[in-house]
Amino acid sequence: MSCTILVFVKQVPDTKNITGDAMKPDGTVNRAALPAIFNPDDLNALELALQLKDRYGAKVIAATMGPPNAANILRDALFRGADETILLSDRAFAGSDTLATSFALSRVAKKVADADIIICGRQAIDGDTAQVGPQIAEKLDIPQISYVQEVLDLQDGKIRAKRAIEGGYEVLESPTPVLLTVIDANDPRPENAFRILKYKKAKTASEIAKNKGEAATQDELAEMQKKGLLIQEWTAKDAVPEAEFSRLGFSGSPTSVKEIVSVVLKGGDFKEIAPTAEGINTFVHELIEDHTLG
Amino acid sequence: MSETQIGNVWVFVEQEAGKIADVSLELLSRGRELAAKLGVLTEAVLLGGTGVKECCAKLFEYGADNVLLAEDDRLEPFTVLPFAKVITDLIHEHRPNILLFGATMKGRELAPRIASANLCGLTADCTDLRIDDFEDKRKGVLLRNKLMQIRPAFGGNIIATIVNTWADPQMVTVRPGVMKMDEPVSGRTGRIIPCPVALTGKETAVKVIERIRQEKTVNLNAAQIIVAGGYGVGSAENFRLIRDLADALGGQVAASRPAVDAGWIDHDYQVGQTGVTVRPKLYIACGISGSVQHTAGMAESKKIIAINSDPHAPIFSIAHYGIIGDLKQVIPMMIKAYKSKA
Repeated sequence: MSCTILVFVKQVPDTKNITGDAMKPDGTVNRAALPAIFNPDDLNALELALQLKDRYGAKVIAATMGPPNAANILRDALFRGADETILLSDRAFAGSDTLATSFALSRVAKKVADADIIICGRQAIDGDTAQVGPQIAEKLDIPQISYVQEVLDLQDGKIRAKRAIEGGYEVLESPTPVLLTVIDANDPRPENAFRILKYKKAKTASEIAKNKGEAATQDELAEMQKKGLLIQEWTAKDAVPEAEFSRLGFSGSPTSVKEIVSVVLKGGDFKEIAPTAEGINTFVHELIEDHTLG
Repeated sequence: MSETQIGNVWVFVEQEAGKIADVSLELLSRGRELAAKLGVLTEAVLLGGTGVKECCAKLFEYGADNVLLAEDDRLEPFTVLPFAKVITDLIHEHRPNILLFGATMKGRELAPRIASANLCGLTADCTDLRIDDFEDKRKGVLLRNKLMQIRPAFGGNIIATIVNTWADPQMVTVRPGVMKMDEPVSGRTGRIIPCPVALTGKETAVKVIERIRQEKTVNLNAAQIIVAGGYGVGSAENFRLIRDLADALGGQVAASRPAVDAGWIDHDYQVGQTGVTVRPKLYIACGISGSVQHTAGMAESKKIIAINSDPHAPIFSIAHYGIIGDLKQVIPMMIKAYKSKA
């Protein structure tokens, strides 16, 4: 059975590990100081794809939309076992909300054309929306299975997966092509040492040009491609017909941000209770008196 | 529909075997407030198999003026594609102004599919909703009476207000437990509007082979007193102290994510962004540093007591009372003091 799996991944600021260095003096987060990481749920998505590759011999393509340096997580995907990578990068995507993002990614999926399974992490830790996966499925008019824990069986034209529901789980069977969103129910494999040696040289055409100081020739790119070291780099024009450009970026996004307020952590004016038997006795008595405790 | 006339406020009703999810009732309460401000009706959207109609009486008592009812055995158990198709058809027919979903696992897989099919905006996991005007500077127009969709983002480090500037409906998912549920008005009634269920093989292609589910045994939302432990508790053994204090005070035990991740207590007890949102009368945070991910789930508690040995722990910034000390000594003193006074 030949099977192509397209995994969408995202580079995100590490919002879960905000340390002192990433805080501005006013108590708000300095986003620029946060390290860029492979979105955690997307590592689970990649792992699920690689497990299917191990079991069924699938080809795994990892794709991302992001700035040029998002090529870093594609190299990481190669280190872990991905076969091909695509970077979708263009200023035309700036300001995309989930609808515009899912539209652009659905066009990448269409261009890859023969993907039997599309896998996304459930959600990214910068926005926490969990919307892009289901919206790509809708745009492609294919079924979705959300919150997948494991794939139980894959046959030509059919997949069976176990997925989480509130208070339990379900086993669902769907025709392919299908889109899966994945929760952190597996342990992503580490980067493979042999693959690191090979794929640390993998680059986008822009990265090659930047290193060289001039654009790479067609021959050089063909050579990189032959060795499996070329990270494909697509602009908006490569993936999306021009008639559909209005559906990208700001113009393709129905939502606007009216206001953003930083959560400021500062000293509050709490009443301090002495950690002594006497202090706590008096305090507990007060709470009983005012019926907080009763 | 003319431009001056706007659609109603819709609430998607989540139910499991005829039991309505609390978040749907919370949304009816907030939906009524929004509808009153806009001068429109509040309508519940109820889908399910034969017998789901039984839910209508409760929906009227909790604030629905009408119930849009789609009763069809292909809608039981819940799967995304048939639900998305029926609701998309209803949107095309009625053009609601606002459509509210609970930010539950079901709501968060269903709502995006519907928003994408209708080309409308969707804001996930809102913690507040308001009606206000919005000046769309990009297009240079003033949009009146829009839904302000307020949510934490960036790991809870910012609070964003988001507006849908395209055609209605304005769609959001709302975090369970954050909107206040009004008391039901007994005997209140309304109109049931039966809705067509037009499904093809395409929407029924995904089959449920097996389904294992239990009702949650823990209901943190109903607890008046919550005693929660965090990573600072130190060990599974020390976590016993948290349970002891909860038992002594007649409260419910809870935890922050690091304590759950450490395996000291089950995920059902987790309060915060990836757990439950609570607003009890009293919240006692023991050994909890107070990351925004945790405080997002409990900052609305009426009284907060923080017990922590680190005087700089951010939890003190939202606490009403602070005890800076070792919880292994403080908690037994509290239990003793309470037992001798009560």
